[in-house]
Amino acid sequence: MNLLQTTKLTRHFGDTRAVDGVDFTIGEGEVLALIGSNGAGKTSLVNLISGLLRPDSGSIVFRGEDVTQMSVHDRIMAGIARSFQLVNLFDQLSLLDNVALSIFAREDLTRKLLSLADRQLAVWEEAYETLRQFGLDGRSSQLAGGISQGERKLLDVAVAYALRPRLLFLDEPTSGVSTREKAPIMDVVTSIVRSHNITAVIIEHDMDVVFKYSDRIVAMHQGTILASGTPDEIRRNEAVTTTLIGTVHA
Amino acid sequence: MSTVPLVLHARSPAKVLPWALPLVVVLFLLPHAIDPYQTILLAYGLLMGIGALGFNLLLGYTGLLSFGHSAYFGVGAYAVALMFKYLHVQSMELYLAGAILASVVVSAIFGFVCVRYTRIFFGILTLALSQVLWSLAFKFYPITGGTDGLRVPTPTLLGLARDDKGDKILFLASNYYYYVLGFFLACVVIMWIVVNSPFGKALQAIRDNETRAEFIGIHIRRYRFVAFLVSGVFTGIAGALWVPLNGLTTPDILYWPFSGEIVFMTVLGGFRTFTGPIVGAVVFNYLKTSAVGFTVYWQALLGSILVFLVLVLPTGIVGAITQLLPAVRKRFSR
Repeated sequence: MNLLQTTKLTRHFGDTRAVDGVDFTIGEGEVLALIGSNGAGKTSLVNLISGLLRPDSGSIVFRGEDVTQMSVHDRIMAGIARSFQLVNLFDQLSLLDNVALSIFAREDLTRKLLSLADRQLAVWEEAYETLRQFGLDGRSSQLAGGISQGERKLLDVAVAYALRPRLLFLDEPTSGVSTREKAPIMDVVTSIVRSHNITAVIIEHDMDVVFKYSDRIVAMHQGTILASGTPDEIRRNEAVTTTLIGTVHA
Repeated sequence: MSTVPLVLHARSPAKVLPWALPLVVVLFLLPHAIDPYQTILLAYGLLMGIGALGFNLLLGYTGLLSFGHSAYFGVGAYAVALMFKYLHVQSMELYLAGAILASVVVSAIFGFVCVRYTRIFFGILTLALSQVLWSLAFKFYPITGGTDGLRVPTPTLLGLARDDKGDKILFLASNYYYYVLGFFLACVVIMWIVVNSPFGKALQAIRDNETRAEFIGIHIRRYRFVAFLVSGVFTGIAGALWVPLNGLTTPDILYWPFSGEIVFMTVLGGFRTFTGPIVGAVVFNYLKTSAVGFTVYWQALLGSILVFLVLVLPTGIVGAITQLLPAVRKRFSR
């Protein structure tokens, strides 16, 4: 069953067709990789689905409901969350605060003006447990602005994961980290996603990561979908290898 | 035992109590140890502390620099003066109720306009709107008294008749000082709860990263608006408490340099800390009084101090002390 479906989704920036009539589906529980060269439209597509951008035309249906005109807030409440290519964190707050804020927002507790946040012990317990799952519990009291890039990438995902989404977009979760750090980050992220049956869409340039961790791959080129299939099918797809990967795999 | 309570305890805001309580005792005892003039100066400092706390909810916690907080201070003060002029009210509690109501209305209207913008656009809008109020107070002579202002006699406190035998100075330095102190402590506790509430955490999230805050489901504008409202009301309360001390409400408190003074005192104390604006307000008050008595070029002196602050103590007095404290502790523990 499709969790999300876009129909003829279009967004142009002047003459540039960032997303051009894209029909895109994601199945429930899939870990899908979105690949393509820079400017292919991957991030724009995710921005449209997550609500950061409004489409010029087309529709987005999530769990049977048309979310095309929904606000970012309503999409999050519906179960769509995302991390960012350039890590977006609350740098002057601790790691624990960063994750707890997602939980406060999810539970609609941020409206509470005259009660102490620290009294909400269940929230802090859950935030700490989330940090533990991501291997960041040892740094829970540190400020988010003072940890390494790899840890920031993990925290960015943890903040999105704490919203308990049904669909999680991970925009280049390993960009800017060393080759040695990529596998541990992806191991942690995919094991959490799979164990909680969260549908994940990973935008990634590193083909080793893409082929190793995804169930299905969607290749984009110039704002359209070039191909879609299993890692093996994409490996054998001549259009993809010629346009994106550059070498034909045996 | 879970690690979480330990983590929370280690950073608990309640850790300020051991040094905050003795300070409160000192504030209660001070009028017995210093002369009435100094007590009145301290009362000025405390009420400005309420205003600066309100201002800092926007600057320090939400990341919005308002250059128009004179508006809410002036609204609070003029609400008191107009209540006396037209309704002949003399009760300080009614004055405060009126000032809160007026500052809620004005903050809501101004906030609705301003929170759509950030950075310089927000600052300029707040400045422009405060100037609108200043020009109204300045030009509507029949109502506001123009530059002559509006005189307000000493009010009754808690419905009790004055027992100072007509000595206004004695009244201001004793009964009224404790009245201001009571409101000051109540405002400090309320603001402390607000900034340590889930709402306060959401404001800090907005300050740090607006995009991420939106993508965890926080309504940015709505939260900024509420922060603006709370900030305006605190500053309005400060304005209302200021009137009996000054005895006269003039357009000066609506003019932009007064907004600058609120910014100055917050930066002086340190806008990154909760207590910074309070310390800044009290110190600024003494500083300004001393500077005015010391030289006719007192504005130049205060300007030089502001330059020094920005260059040498960017974290303000409290920020600098917080940074120095671990080193001092280490030295004495040897």
